[in-house]
Amino acid sequence: MARYLLTRAWHSALTLLLSTVVVFLGVRALPGDPALALAGEDRSPEALEAIRHHYGLDQPLPIQFAQYVGRVAQGDFGVSIRTGIPVSSMLTTALPVTVELSLLAILLAAALGVGAGVLAAVRRGRPAEWLANGLALVGLSVPHFWLGLLAILYLSVAAGLFPASGFVPLLQDPAGNLHHIVLPAVILGTGLAAIIMRQTRSAMLEALSSDHVRTAKAKGLRPRAVITRHALRNSLIVVVTIVGLQLGGLISGAVVTEQIFGLPGFGKMTIDAVFQRDYPVIQAVVLLTATAYIVINFLVDLLYSVIDPRIRVTGEPA
Amino acid sequence: MTTVERAAASSAAVGTPVLDVRDLSVSFTTEGGTVSAVDRVNLDLASGEIVGMVGESGCGKSVTAMSIAGLLPDSARVSGSVRLEGTELVGARESVLRRVRGKEIAYIFQEPMTSLNPVLTVGRQIGEVLQVHERMSKRAARARAVELLSLVGIPSAAKRVDNYPHQLSGGMRQRVMIAMAVACGPKVLVADEPTTALDVTVQAGILQVLRDLRDRLGTTILVITHDLGVIADIADRVVVMYAGRVVEQAPVTDLFAHPYHRYTAGLLAASPTPGKHAGTERLQEIPGLVPVLSIQPDACTFADRCPAADARCREAAPPLEAVGTAVTDHLAACWHPCPAPRTQPQETTA
Amino acid sequence: MTVLSVPMAEAGPAGISRRTRVLRRLRRNPLAVVSFVVLALAAVVALLSPWIAPHDVQQTDFAHTFSPPGTPGHLLGTDDLGRDVLSRIMLGARASLLVALLAVATSLIIGVPLGLAAGYFRSWDAVISRFTDLLLAFPFLIMAVGLAAIRGASLTNAAVAIGIAQIPGVIRVVRSDTLRLKALDFVAAAVVDGASDLWVLAKHVLPNATSVILVQATVAIPAAILGEAVLSFLGLGIQPPAPSLGTMLASAQQFAARAPWAAVLPGVVIMGLALAFNVFGDALRDALDPKGDRR
Repeated sequence: MARYLLTRAWHSALTLLLSTVVVFLGVRALPGDPALALAGEDRSPEALEAIRHHYGLDQPLPIQFAQYVGRVAQGDFGVSIRTGIPVSSMLTTALPVTVELSLLAILLAAALGVGAGVLAAVRRGRPAEWLANGLALVGLSVPHFWLGLLAILYLSVAAGLFPASGFVPLLQDPAGNLHHIVLPAVILGTGLAAIIMRQTRSAMLEALSSDHVRTAKAKGLRPRAVITRHALRNSLIVVVTIVGLQLGGLISGAVVTEQIFGLPGFGKMTIDAVFQRDYPVIQAVVLLTATAYIVINFLVDLLYSVIDPRIRVTGEPA
Repeated sequence: MTTVERAAASSAAVGTPVLDVRDLSVSFTTEGGTVSAVDRVNLDLASGEIVGMVGESGCGKSVTAMSIAGLLPDSARVSGSVRLEGTELVGARESVLRRVRGKEIAYIFQEPMTSLNPVLTVGRQIGEVLQVHERMSKRAARARAVELLSLVGIPSAAKRVDNYPHQLSGGMRQRVMIAMAVACGPKVLVADEPTTALDVTVQAGILQVLRDLRDRLGTTILVITHDLGVIADIADRVVVMYAGRVVEQAPVTDLFAHPYHRYTAGLLAASPTPGKHAGTERLQEIPGLVPVLSIQPDACTFADRCPAADARCREAAPPLEAVGTAVTDHLAACWHPCPAPRTQPQETTA
Repeated sequence: MTVLSVPMAEAGPAGISRRTRVLRRLRRNPLAVVSFVVLALAAVVALLSPWIAPHDVQQTDFAHTFSPPGTPGHLLGTDDLGRDVLSRIMLGARASLLVALLAVATSLIIGVPLGLAAGYFRSWDAVISRFTDLLLAFPFLIMAVGLAAIRGASLTNAAVAIGIAQIPGVIRVVRSDTLRLKALDFVAAAVVDGASDLWVLAKHVLPNATSVILVQATVAIPAAILGEAVLSFLGLGIQPPAPSLGTMLASAQQFAARAPWAAVLPGVVIMGLALAFNVFGDALRDALDPKGDRR
């Protein structure tokens, strides 16, 4: 197990380093003088010179990279060109919104996806399977931002069930917070739910036809015990992996969902930054996304090794 | 042989067999139509008897085994009768079958690697049977699991009980499967290719465990295999299957001494006998392939591969009838049985 | 669509019959037939849309803004600038399909060779795996944000961002199929016979990997269609006033309460296209599945 985790940790660290290099080089590839981009309002030659010196732009690339990593490690992503606020403090306000939205979406999607997937596998060839499969196909094919638009149009504006936009922090007003965030979370979760459902279904079908499920049946276990203890438990390993891999899609989805529902999160911050050419913000967003993806997938690997004893105890002599 | 005598004696004493299979037929519905896998098979197991069922892969022996406790998928159509001490199992309710499975009829499968759940400890998997059928507590079931593991010859069972299947060797896993199967003291143990996936040295150990179970607990065992060596080693009586039908049935020494069915003769000629061939004589192969299973009631299924086949063989299926001396209980389904003993009787059984 | 005419070689003499069998299974599956017809129609409309669209997509008509569907001359109504919704949908669908095909082509051109190499040469596997990990760390939208920051937003950049994001998926399926094929006897035999690696890959591995690549492409296209819609909706893809289903939805968001059809219809078209591809992809995968033969 230690060896497995060490390998995974090393791979994650390497990927993290590489993605930092990519972002760093991406920043160098930005059109125009990076000092100009970083300068904000004050663009006097002296100010530019000071910025160049402060950010080490007058140094060779490898040294610049080392300095860059040093600054990022301290949470210094520079200052927003638009607002003059440090990017780190913008992230502090925006991230909790996105994290809450995403977690809620994952939770809803997992509950719905696993439930429907199990149902479809167990009720193979019956109407329940057709319904679950059909819904999953639609969930996979529907542009969820459009679903969001329709939800706002019909559920929020016309029916007045939910607020059309805006946000209340969780700690300030938990009920109001939930009221604001539940619809966006449902919308964001649709695609993920469809993917989880399809994966759960095929993993369950495979598990249900496996030799050890045959053994479980031959033991005289009830169908419920066979399904939950012997098929679902093994299928969940697949589902956990899928959630990790789909994180990229979820982050992309969160950006759009926040944009539509006017949630003041990471995504809205990103889109605003693109149109305002707020390079320090964009750079921080890209780097942070990559880091989050890598770290969370490492955690998924850890979790994986907890669920699956074959990984947990490898190396022990038989 | 003593084994034969014992089998004959017990069968005579009990009168009714533990397991009585009559006219069992199984067919499957597939994309290409209905395929018959098992065709009117009769089989009876006397108490404490070890019966070997032998045949090539695809001959329907595993399907027969699975159908005994209703373990076939929904696409299977089963007809005929399977009686466990008089209780009909074909068409029985799931709740009835669930009480039979694991408690009255237990199974051991070919692949000990995949037949155990990789994410549960072996103790948990053995304990599960006891919790279901004997209503034992988790703790009691675990303690019993340790006893069962030592019963099947696993050293330091108290430690092994918390192992996961991948931490055990193939032979150990198969012992775990056996421990699980005998946990509730089943009347019938069905072992489907129990040694096929194992090394030869490990095989002998597993067969010894099965023999011990019969001798100590009186368990009736149906061993399904394509390996005549396993049959010779363990079985009291042999049932030979070919293309979904039983073609010959006899006490093990009789069968090896004098196969009547042409297919059995071919099967014996195709497997090496220790000492006899000694590398000089070629093993014979049976020409042709196992036919695609489909319903062909009016012909001998072996006709196309049989050296003695004639028009009659292609027009009518031969019934399974007593051949040779009636005392030995030897049955064969052949219009042209082998005339004389193929080999001199020899010491084949254990 | 030319999907059906892609040759599918498989080991042994069963090659031709396998292809016929797959086609027969597809023809017998009503869902496959319906989705194929929908896709064929969509392809024809998309190809011919510059000529068959009833109106000029850019032509504004301030006397007839927000005409509802069914208005004479405007079957699906008009938008806030009086532009014909049907014409814009037709050209928008054309743009969607174009971006999707570009994206998937990009991912295949880069992903297939890398997947083959990763599966065939042990020494390349680790390096390509790290590359895959790296790509996965940048979700397509973030990639598009980065590209837009560096090069500006455009149709091409949207396609490139989506395509790059799809490379890991292509590498994964091609790699695992290559590993499978490499273990088969006829490939091993070719290697023993002294065939060069490139020859074995081109002659034995790639032709047999076609079916998994095909299935991967049919699931990648609908994902790319949705991706394009998202990017255009956010302003990171096709730039207005050029018609795109995503930008139509973005502008319809402003007046959705007044002209709901302008917000509903483009979404229905996006969903219909994606659904047809997904349904056809599922049917194709089922038809190609050799397990379908057994009970």
